[in-house]
Amino acid sequence: MNTSDLIDRDTSWEIPRTGAMRVPVQLHAGEALVRDMDDKVREQACNVATLPGIVEAVHVMPDAHWGYGFPIGGVAAFDPAAGGVVSAGGVGFDISCGVRCLLTGVRAEDIASIDARLADALFAAIPAGVGSTGSLRLREGELDAMLTGGARWAVGHGFGTPADLERIEEHGQMLHAKPSAVSERAKRRQRDEMGTLGSGNHYLEVDRVVEVCAEDAAAAFGLRRGDAVVLIHCGSRGLGHQIGTDYLRDMVVAAAGYGIKLPDRELACAPIDSELGRSYLGAMRAATNCALANRQILMHLVRGVFADLVPAAHLALLFDVSHNTCKVEDHVVDGAPRPLYVHRKGATRAFGPGHPELPQELRAVGQPVIIGGSMGTASYILAGMSADRAWSSACHGAGRAMSRHEAVRRWRGRELVAELANRRILIRSPSPRGVAEEAPGAYKEIGAVVDAAEAAGLARKVARLEPMIVVKG
Amino acid sequence: MFEHFAHGADIGIRGRSETLDRAFAEAGRALTAVMTDPDRVRATTAVPIHCSAPDDELLLVEWLNTLIYEMATRHMVFGRFEVRIADHGLVATAWGEPVDVGRHQPAVEPKGATMTALRVAHESGAWLAQTVLDV
Repeated sequence: MNTSDLIDRDTSWEIPRTGAMRVPVQLHAGEALVRDMDDKVREQACNVATLPGIVEAVHVMPDAHWGYGFPIGGVAAFDPAAGGVVSAGGVGFDISCGVRCLLTGVRAEDIASIDARLADALFAAIPAGVGSTGSLRLREGELDAMLTGGARWAVGHGFGTPADLERIEEHGQMLHAKPSAVSERAKRRQRDEMGTLGSGNHYLEVDRVVEVCAEDAAAAFGLRRGDAVVLIHCGSRGLGHQIGTDYLRDMVVAAAGYGIKLPDRELACAPIDSELGRSYLGAMRAATNCALANRQILMHLVRGVFADLVPAAHLALLFDVSHNTCKVEDHVVDGAPRPLYVHRKGATRAFGPGHPELPQELRAVGQPVIIGGSMGTASYILAGMSADRAWSSACHGAGRAMSRHEAVRRWRGRELVAELANRRILIRSPSPRGVAEEAPGAYKEIGAVVDAAEAAGLARKVARLEPMIVVKG
Repeated sequence: MFEHFAHGADIGIRGRSETLDRAFAEAGRALTAVMTDPDRVRATTAVPIHCSAPDDELLLVEWLNTLIYEMATRHMVFGRFEVRIADHGLVATAWGEPVDVGRHQPAVEPKGATMTALRVAHESGAWLAQTVLDV
């Protein structure tokens, strides 16, 4: 991205308002990362800035890259009282895609001697990849109950414990979900997919804590150097994908009727205070509950594997974050709190210390923010720093540095698996090409991204993790 | 013919042919090629497809999303397509078989067809049908 006309705001760079932009764009990254961002990030962020009812600024996270409509790593808040909109494109197809981190209570060295058996058992227990199906089949009434109850529904059906719910955003259940706003196609698409991981950049990892960066927060989070932890990254599966598809189409067709001029059809949106807007919000919240229930079921399956192979382990949920969302949050605007519809597309909510939504034992240090890596590279646990910066948001991953197309030209899946095995990182996947597309070298250097998030005052580093076992779809 | 083109996080797909019908069919093959080689897919089952949209570009999105839905819910991959388009309505047959992980070694699953880089046009004597898939 050309930075010559950007304004240096100390911890961020500003693209000033021009043309139809209603607000400026704030890029929360150092100059080197901003220069490396695709020009499409700029174009897409400036397009978002033209949408009705947008408040203060479009915020761009340090891992931002070219998305569709919104850039991946884009954050924008809309005020319903000012004609604000909700955008299906601003949430995306994988509604409430997210990551959860499980503490295991055992040391990585205790797992090292059985890592191959553990990898094989996790790969056998977790349905992953194209065409995989889960063992849970929900009849329509049960499906609607799941879409209303989220992880709380899952716990009620024996997947996990009530204590888990306190460590999930929205306490495991997104309120005001409307299963009636979810199409039959979306429900049909989910029929076989409860408790499945998916493919692409979704994964399950067993990681080793290799560095503690902030002792106070690490102690509050229960992280010690040398511990084994588990990360699960996936979303709302076919149901969320279909809801995104359905409402994107409906919003594109309806936009002109609402007097909304879309600079890019992918930014399809509807007024929050409209029938279509309310319907999408109800369906999107149902998909959020589907994602929360799905990760809860996957965690239950992981616990079963550990109970068999690592009986000393006790898998406790550190936290579950979603990074494709639209949530109603109170934020201070012009000195007074206002309910805003905050879209985070490839960005993580990162409440700072003292936020009342956080569990008591985490409140003093801020919300855990889980930054997923890419098989061979580190992942990070951060802690939210701010009540107001970028609407309390942070990055979500390393961000791709090259396309899947280019990655497949450069790497072969089987060679990558062998190379990583030499570094004692065990990959289990049904798809060599899928592994090649997700090659660690296809991602940005994650250390630079989290350093930028910390320097920008979004979230501070707590611990660095390195993978031991990776199950990919 | 079909091809893929680069997108930051996802995959662009493009079908080209002398007719609009064939360009859409080639875009279908490009969709399958995101998962597996369409020439490796056996045509054991025929699935009828119908869809419509306000214009041909939205029809391409609708066509691809219908294929994604049918493949996901039937646990199939499609390798061959016959398409007829008239007045922004589409009637097609997709031939394919159940996913065989060992033989197809499917890579990434498409979540949906986006409207990014969406283009249906007649240029240089051929029809072009392209968009970016979210995977």
